[in-house]
Order: sequence, then structure tokens, then C-alpha cells
Amino acid sequence: MTVNETTNPSAAEIDRSCCVPLLALFGGAALWLVVGSVLGLLASIKFHAPDFLANCAWLTYGRLQPAADDALLYGFCLPAGLGVALWLLARIGQTPIRGAIIPVVAANLWHLGVLAGLTGILMGDSTGFTWLEFPRGGSVPVFFAYLLLALWAMMIFAGRRPALRDALCPSQWFLVAALFWFPWIYSTANLFLIAGPVRGVAQAVIGWWFANNLLVVWTGLVGLGTALYFLPKLGGRPLQSHYLALFAFWTFILFATWCGIPSGAPVPVWMPTLSAAAIALLIVPLLAVFLVTWRTVRGSIKSNWNNTPFCFIGSGIDSFLLSGLMLMAMACPQISRVTNFTWFGPAETQLRLYGFFAMTMFGAAYHLLPRVVGIEFPFPKLARVHFWLSLLGIALLVAPLAIGGVVQGLKLQNPNVAFADTTKAMLPFLRVSTTGLLLMLLGNLLFFANVIGLTIRWKLALLKKFITFVKSPLETIEVRA
Amino acid sequence: MKNGFLIFLASLVVLGGSWCAFVLAPVLQLGGLKQTTVLNSSDVYPVGRPGEANQGLQVYRAEGCAACHTEQIQQSGVACDVVLTSVGTNETAVRKAFENGLKQNNWPLFMTQNFHKAGEPEMLLINVSKEIADAAVDTITAAGGKAEIHIIATGPDIARGWGRRHSVAEDYLYDNPVQLGSVRIGPDLADEGARSPDASWQLLHLYAPQSVVKGSAMPPYRYLFQIRQIGREPSPDALNLPKAFAPPSGYEVVPKATARELAAYLLSLRADVPLRDAPFSSR
Repeated sequence: MTVNETTNPSAAEIDRSCCVPLLALFGGAALWLVVGSVLGLLASIKFHAPDFLANCAWLTYGRLQPAADDALLYGFCLPAGLGVALWLLARIGQTPIRGAIIPVVAANLWHLGVLAGLTGILMGDSTGFTWLEFPRGGSVPVFFAYLLLALWAMMIFAGRRPALRDALCPSQWFLVAALFWFPWIYSTANLFLIAGPVRGVAQAVIGWWFANNLLVVWTGLVGLGTALYFLPKLGGRPLQSHYLALFAFWTFILFATWCGIPSGAPVPVWMPTLSAAAIALLIVPLLAVFLVTWRTVRGSIKSNWNNTPFCFIGSGIDSFLLSGLMLMAMACPQISRVTNFTWFGPAETQLRLYGFFAMTMFGAAYHLLPRVVGIEFPFPKLARVHFWLSLLGIALLVAPLAIGGVVQGLKLQNPNVAFADTTKAMLPFLRVSTTGLLLMLLGNLLFFANVIGLTIRWKLALLKKFITFVKSPLETIEVRA
Repeated sequence: MKNGFLIFLASLVVLGGSWCAFVLAPVLQLGGLKQTTVLNSSDVYPVGRPGEANQGLQVYRAEGCAACHTEQIQQSGVACDVVLTSVGTNETAVRKAFENGLKQNNWPLFMTQNFHKAGEPEMLLINVSKEIADAAVDTITAAGGKAEIHIIATGPDIARGWGRRHSVAEDYLYDNPVQLGSVRIGPDLADEGARSPDASWQLLHLYAPQSVVKGSAMPPYRYLFQIRQIGREPSPDALNLPKAFAPPSGYEVVPKATARELAAYLLSLRADVPLRDAPFSSR
């Protein structure tokens, strides 16, 4: 049943069929990644100098911060995840993409939607719901672009080789579930919160459910699906084991979908209680993911120390496990009393979105983009620099925010500490986190340079081909005439 | 395709389960939420916001205030005070019964007798659990007196003066969008209107936070105001700024409509009436 892809003659052909859609998805994603980190850095500077850019309504903190978050999530994470999913489904199912023009159009529609959404937020048109801030001008194109891309991915999945029909690889389970879950949660959230808003605090519950299912479940499914394909492939050891991976899949979608309602929320008590129980059970898929990845890469870590995609994806899995533990800590009543409403929550989100998901996508992109385009990256050595900058950056962002969050929470718990003092106590931590954001921005710029450089090289090569193509048939026609 | 269809069906059930729990059930349970009545009163709660404050909610949304402020007061529990409202016909019997109760059950005595004026309600116990308070009231009633229990919410938020009870679902009945916030970079605002009820303070704070709260980390919202040359007469709306924050002489700072709406919204944020789900009484 195992098919060695490298010896399969159609592997290169499958890769090439993904070229234009993947360049369209990743080109825009790399741009939004840089835009997001610039916006995030500007927002972070405001903690040290509240007066910084204060006269400009577009650049006030309350608009910059959601715009930065959405640029990372909708601008980078989702299109990058969709691109990797397209390629993985094509590669695992050994079917090339047909009608590649549709995913290309969808990718461009997606990026236009992100542009409209981010502009809307900066103009003050945000919907006011966390992680769902895009106004209609952004959310509608993004939704339809997703539908088109997911439809194409499902067509590739359905058209997989007959020999591969019955035995699915775990990555396929993860990716297919994710492809189909986003339209459900995004349409639910937009219908119940924006198109025909429900009354009162039910809005908040739906908002938490949506944010959790996008940030934890969707990214978890796509990120793990990617890692479970790449870790065995890059590490040179088969997945240990198939069944453990499927166990991780089922327990993950069973428990992670129910998380997200914070304790102490002004809603009926059964909701946060149910959520807390689900988060406690999250330890089961976390352990399964730990076991399956550890047993797969064990022994191949040293020999892959210089393999940049392997390092990216490996550290992504570490961040996934760590952020999962942070999520569990935040649901434990003794700890949540302290961490509630502090920087601990944003630290967890950043670790999950950037440390886990974006890092996994970087690893996948460095591996697959040169293959699908058939051209090397213009600055392959910068990938290594990018890895270290991103790793150091995310550590310097998350660690101080998490530790500072606990300090802030302990001070908030003591009513004798003035509120201004809790804010002041956070400042040194925020200063370090701003440095972390700066390093991440530098790393993201290197990624942008490589992706854009690759696109330019590809266009130049295309131009060359076109010129030779134009030249040669003309001669033959003349001869015949 | 057997396998693919199976995944599809199973993940549909699993994923749909969370949809039923956290979309469908909340809509059914909370979507039809109605006004409630204020405890010990016939007033309904909440009443809708006045138009200007309602527009202010949209300014709050547009400026992303919820990125730094929460609107949910947390409460860790309740404490009870027992107040003697009437000694009935036989004061000595009531006092005797209460003192026996004190001795037998180790109730913590609150020494107010010295401050107590004859004929007014008298505080007997303070910060005791609900069980002790109930027992004390029973003892006094049995002896022919009358006593009340006053419920006091406890917790760091309450002690900070951010509110007098925890937030409940009814507080957000007229909010659209509901913006609970998740990080307290700034203080909680659920009871801001009761805490700082002065509109001109709110406007000063929006224009130059550091002018009224020393060392505030809040960015100024100067773009919600207009700095203009003083006309024939200074505008009655002009901000009365301290010197360090004032515009050059001959100029005045006047709030735009958005600033006035935002201030009206902040003043409308009040969670200061006791409800059945969140009782409290004033001390």
C-alpha cells in the first residue's frame, strides 16, 4: 500500500500543477505577514509612549491591535494553510490540480477580502467581535474565496488514485475536517452576530465558540495534518503510529471544539463548566500528539539539526503542546482566578498562532515552494536566519507576556494594589515583548524576500520561455508559407 | 470512498455537537432573555440606553475600546450583615436570645452598640456566612424581634470599587455588539457610569488621560475633539484643561459629536441595582 512518491513519475507533474495557486496564496500571505507584524509593532510601541501617533484615528491602539491580529490570522495563517492543504491533498492522493485558474482567482479574491477587511478595521468599521472584526466588505469575499479553495481541495481529495482510496493517511483526515469546519463556523458567526444579531450575551458565547474553533481547532487540524506528513518525510522515519495519530484526531475534535467559554463569564454556569471539563480532557489529544511526534522524530533530531523545514515544524509542534498546556492552565479554577483578564491569554494566542501554526507553515513553505515552482529560493541561506529570528522573537514575545500576566494577575487580585501599579508592573515585560515583535518582523521580512524573489524568478523564467516560444513557431510558419 | 464518507459523517456529528451546545443552546436559553425586576422593587432592569449613549456604543466599537477594557465584574462570594430592625415588645428577651446565640455558636460580634442611636436599625453581625446570618435572624424572630440580612458581594473587583455585584446576562440585554473584553490593560468599565458620573471628567479623560489620571497608560483620543480658535465668546462645551494640556491661548478644545456620544455611553454603564441573581445591599 505504501507508494514511494519520489520514484513516482507524476510527483513532479503534481507539484507543477500546484505552482500558480500556491504562489498566489503564499505571495499575498507573505505580504500580510509583514503588514501584520508592522501593525503589531506599532501597537506595541504605544505601551511605552501612549502619545505615539495619537492624533491619527486610523492608528489608535484599539484599531491597530485587531488589525495586526487579523492580518496574521486571515492574511497569513488561513491562506498559507489552504495552500499547504491543496498541495498535501494533491501529493498524498497523487492527483494533479485541474482547472488551476479557479484556486488562483479564489486566492486573489481572498487577499482582496483581507485588504478590504483590514482597511475597514482601521477606518473604524470593525464589527466589534474578537477574531471576527472584518466588516461585510471583507468577510463576504473571504468566505466565498474559502469555499472555492475548499471545493477544489475536496475535488482533489475525491479524485485521489483508486489504489489510495481505502487507506487514508492521517494528514488527510485532519485536513478534510478543517476544510469543511471553517465555512460552518464562519457562516454561523457572521449570521448570528452580524447579519441577524442575536440578543444580549448569547452573542458573547457564540463569539467565544467561533474564536476557539478557529484559533484552536482549525489551526490545530491544519497544523497537525501538515506536521504529521512532514515530520516522517523529512525525518526519514515512518509515522509512529498511524493509529495513535487517528486517536489524536478523534479526541482532538471531540474535546477542543468545546473549549473557549472563560470561567466567571456572565452567562449560565453550565457553559463555562462544560468548557472547563472539555479543556481538562484536552490532555488526552495533547499526550497523543506528543507521543506520535516524539516517537516519529526520535533518533532523527540530531541528523536533521540543519534541516530548516524540519526545525520549523518541530518547534511548531513544541509550541502546540506548550500552548495547549497554557490553555489547560487557564481553565484550572485556581490559576484562572489569577490569569483571567491578564496578558497570559494573549501570550497563549500568540504562541499558538505564530509559534505553532505560522512556524509549521514556514517549514512547509520552505520545503514545497521550490519544488512546485521548480526554481530554488533566491536566498536559501536566509531561511536559517529566519528560523532563529522567529524562534527567538516568539520566545521573547510569549515568555514575558505569560510571566508578566501572572504578575499582573496577582496584583489585580490584591485590591490594596492601585490599578496604575499593575499597569506599571507590566511595562518591563512589555518592553521585552516589543523586542520580540521586532525580531519576528525581521524574520518575516526574510520570508517575504524569499517568496517574492521566487515569484520574480518564476515570472522571469516564464517570460524567457514565452520569448523563445514566440520566436520558434514564427520561423516554422514562415518556412511553411 | 467508504472511508471518506465515514470521516465526513463522524466529524459532522462531533463538530456539530459543539455547535448545538454553544450556538443553538445559548440562542434558545439567552436569546429570548427579558428584562428582570430590581430586587425589592417593582422597577424593571435594564432600561434601554438613551439615543446618544447608544450611538456611543458604536464609537466604543469603532475605536476598539474593548481591546484594553473589560465590561464584566467578577465576584468571589457574598458576606452577610445582620441588622436588628425592631426589638418588638420585649427588648430584654431579644437581646438575651441573641447573646445566648453568640455564646453558643461563636458568632463574631460586631461592636456597634456604642454608635447606635435609639430607634434606628442596629448592626448586630458583619461579614458572616449566610448560615450564621440565617441562624441569627431565626433566633431573633423566635424571641419576638425583627432582623434583616444585608448581602454584600465580595472579591477583588468589588473591593477595588469597580462595581457592587458581579455582572449578569441581563446587563448586556441592549448591547449590540456585546463587547465583554478579555484583557484588563485598563480598568473594568461595567460600572463606570456609577463610578465617575461626571460627563466633563469623562471628556477630559478622553482628550488627555494623563491630565486627570496621573501616569495613565491610556492613549489620548484627541481626534475626537476639535481644537479651534475661540470665537466671539468661548464655547460652553469647551474643555477646562489644566495648563500643561491646554491648547495655545486664543484656542479652545471642543468635543466632537463622537466624543460626546462616547462619554454618554460610558456614563450609561451602570451595574448598580441588586437583582435576584446578584443581590447586594448598601452598608
